[in-house]
Amino acid sequence: MKKKKVTRFSSPLYFFNFLCLVCLFGAPAAGAQIQAPSVYAITHAKIFTLAGSPIADGTLVIRDGKIAAVGAAVEVPAGAQIIDAKGLEVYPGLFDAVTQMGLSEIGAVGATVDATEAGNYNPDVVAASAISPSSEHLAVTRASGITEVLAVPASGGFDFGGSRGTLGGQASAIHLAGWTVEEMLIKKSAALVLNWPQIQTQTFDFSTFSRKEKPYSEAKQEYDKQVNELTDWIDRARHYAQAMDKGSVSKYDRDLKLEALASVVRGQLPVLVFANRARDIRSAIEFCDKQKLKMILAGGAEAYKVKDLLRSKDIPVILRPVLSSPPDEDDPYDRELTEPAELAAAGVKFAIASFDNSFARRLGQNAANAVAHGLSYDEALRAVTIHPAQIFGLGSQIGTLEQGKIANILVTNGDPLELTTEVKYLFIKGQLTSTENRHHQLYKKYAERPKAPN
Amino acid sequence: MRILFPVHAGRARIAFVLLLLLSAFCLAPSGDAATPPDAPAVILIQNATVMTVAHGTIEHGSILIKDGKIAEVGQTIRAPAGAQVIEASGQFVIPGIIDCHSHIAAEAINEGSVSVSSMVNMEEVLDPEDINIYRDLAGGVTSANILHGSANSIGGQTLVIKLRWGQPAAKLAFEGALPGIKFALGENPKRSNFSVPGQPRRYPATRMGVEETIRAAFSEARDYKKTWDDYRKRVAAGEKNLIPPRRDLKLEPLVEVLEGKRYVHSHCYREDEILMLLRLAKEFGFKVRTLQHVLEGYKVADELAAAGVGASTFSDWWAYKVEAYDAIPYNAALMTRRGVIVSINSDDAEEATHLNQEAAKSMKYGGLSHDEALKLVTLNPAMQLGIDKRVGSIEVGKDADLAIYNHDPLSAYAVVQKTLIDGRVYFDREKDIANRAEIEKEKKTLTDKLKKSEKKPEQKPEEKKPEQGPKPPAASPRPTAQAGARLGGAL
Repeated sequence: MKKKKVTRFSSPLYFFNFLCLVCLFGAPAAGAQIQAPSVYAITHAKIFTLAGSPIADGTLVIRDGKIAAVGAAVEVPAGAQIIDAKGLEVYPGLFDAVTQMGLSEIGAVGATVDATEAGNYNPDVVAASAISPSSEHLAVTRASGITEVLAVPASGGFDFGGSRGTLGGQASAIHLAGWTVEEMLIKKSAALVLNWPQIQTQTFDFSTFSRKEKPYSEAKQEYDKQVNELTDWIDRARHYAQAMDKGSVSKYDRDLKLEALASVVRGQLPVLVFANRARDIRSAIEFCDKQKLKMILAGGAEAYKVKDLLRSKDIPVILRPVLSSPPDEDDPYDRELTEPAELAAAGVKFAIASFDNSFARRLGQNAANAVAHGLSYDEALRAVTIHPAQIFGLGSQIGTLEQGKIANILVTNGDPLELTTEVKYLFIKGQLTSTENRHHQLYKKYAERPKAPN
Repeated sequence: MRILFPVHAGRARIAFVLLLLLSAFCLAPSGDAATPPDAPAVILIQNATVMTVAHGTIEHGSILIKDGKIAEVGQTIRAPAGAQVIEASGQFVIPGIIDCHSHIAAEAINEGSVSVSSMVNMEEVLDPEDINIYRDLAGGVTSANILHGSANSIGGQTLVIKLRWGQPAAKLAFEGALPGIKFALGENPKRSNFSVPGQPRRYPATRMGVEETIRAAFSEARDYKKTWDDYRKRVAAGEKNLIPPRRDLKLEPLVEVLEGKRYVHSHCYREDEILMLLRLAKEFGFKVRTLQHVLEGYKVADELAAAGVGASTFSDWWAYKVEAYDAIPYNAALMTRRGVIVSINSDDAEEATHLNQEAAKSMKYGGLSHDEALKLVTLNPAMQLGIDKRVGSIEVGKDADLAIYNHDPLSAYAVVQKTLIDGRVYFDREKDIANRAEIEKEKKTLTDKLKKSEKKPEQKPEEKKPEQGPKPPAASPRPTAQAGARLGGAL
């Protein structure tokens, strides 16, 4: 990392700051944030606020974790640590809206994975309970400019190899830095995961490594049974919620699962519905409509087929990576790549997410690929910043660079979606945060290995 | 294979009947898959930024192609009479991308029942109609190393193909490229992440056992070779009525390895197993041609360089299993700096469609130059596969295997416009887009016909409609029975 090269500290606190930085960048990943000045001024930067046109030569002031001021004619407060960002660019930190961050360390090692609870109905389990603040994934991911994520239980991931259940648990929105989960939390319960049931005539049986086939009628029966079960859960939750509202719930045994569903049936907590096929999406929309649930679609490989319905129902979409194979053999080869542009044109609100842990750092790459296939650059940037924030009700707190918002900020040497761009400074909750991580440490260690004798 | 479960192997047969039905009508995006695109004998690509890889970049350059070979490369070349001119101003031409680790175009991947499966051969299961050939072409890939899976210490025989979409299997093989054999070390051959309840573990179950498995196989192969050498010597000496030794199809390819007639491509992760294999190769006097994945290669880069072994790795994959936990995106750059010939591969049909982007990451992680990064997916894999006299750079006399982009290919914003193999345009983005409406129409006609014919018999129509492919459980739908979903939905 060549951070020092591009930085000219013009503050009188030069030496102190320098020491701070040395400490910061040399610190192990877990101690990424140390007590640092609470006032920063990023000066002479090109600032992309995403709340108006870019500021060519602007100043951004951070105070007590928040953005205190941003603009072309903003004064640098006395005592602020100044980061001269001449030639650099400033953006809101990126938001990856579906990950297993902190819940999964090594995909193949079950003991390190807490992403998916056993059983089909777990509305009461909460991601925040199992997020490991010292997971190596956090530091690796934030080094690529992602400052906050949604940690989503039962959301699969690259190495996922089992059943995900129907009601998978509650997703938590977190900052990618903090000594404890409490420090990381943006919103403990941001959505309830609903893996929409599928009609599966073929399944893969891992115990025998063979495919099992069943007739459509049988598969359909199973599907109907699952939807009925789900309906039953929601009905019971509604009664439970009514009892809660009347204060009569104390007369019954406490039911943790129904209690968790109460905010869902009240329409307070959105359901994050994982579905990819058009028919599944339609079924899920019909269900949520009927049950008056607030729906967010996740996955959406065929969302383009139901874009008008999504638009008319005002259902936002968290799109899976555009760098995915098209669902069908006879789909156009760029079927996934053009979907964001198509949804944007139809007026559907969407975010792009990694749906993964170790591939989370490909978030920007995915957004850029959507631009290469017709999405406007501005929309792409929004799809990984303010849109996911708004979709999960965090739009007033993060996602753009506006006064009063939490200071999750990137200072880069260019377009944050491009492959070769480097993150020069990273602020999370207004604190200068190290981009050091396991990968860079191993790099340094082995770059310095003395030449092996031959 | 990087994946934990051998889902690839099953993919090709998903909803087999329906696919068979539809493939008969050739619903492929490029239109008619049966006839190769015809190419004029002479093509001139002009006004492009030509990234030769071998001799720098030529702005506003031209490439003259004659009979499938590059005839001239330079600033200004006048179009010969009758030449087809490809106007490429504002576009970027690079050598076609070479994927050193691929499993496309194959009906099966893993013969996982035994730990030495050298008798099987990928060439016998080539599937020229795999749509991934076309999709990878659309990502600028022109050649690929089609490997057996990694369930075995010594896996099946492998071959290099050109992505000649539309040609029969026999025409896919890269003529003259040395065949290979897949080896695998570590978690996959010891079956760490695979178990069948109620069944005993398969030997080998440790890295120690993997070494002994390979050693035992080569000990046998050495004896077998001696038996044949002795026999041939006696025949040459004029002895009559000798009974030749019985052929052993498992050992024959290993003898070819010992004789340097077959390349070893070994899947590996950890530094210790890498050095183990290099010692073992020395013991038996054969060369390891490439180490595949080699995610800890950066830890023993000097040793790799000294052994003259190529390293073919991922850009930024990590943490999917323990042996991938020390994987770092700086791997390619670190090994390059220590003198190892490095390539970036895909191991995955989708990943292969953006190998240019994956190569670009090594500029950020480890500071490779633009040319060095580009080499990771062109000249370097060509060298690793021993085909660099034919492909891998834009030079006079080489095959006209080229990819044309609308931006610098080492950017996430670059999109392939055309891909040429042997001077034929096998992928043309404009034509692909123009053909889509017609394909949709054809598909609708066929599905309508199918629906009509299904209504006649007494059977319940739903009974026959597989809906979803076997769900190798994943976050995203895998390529599945396309018609199945749509028809199922319609009925």
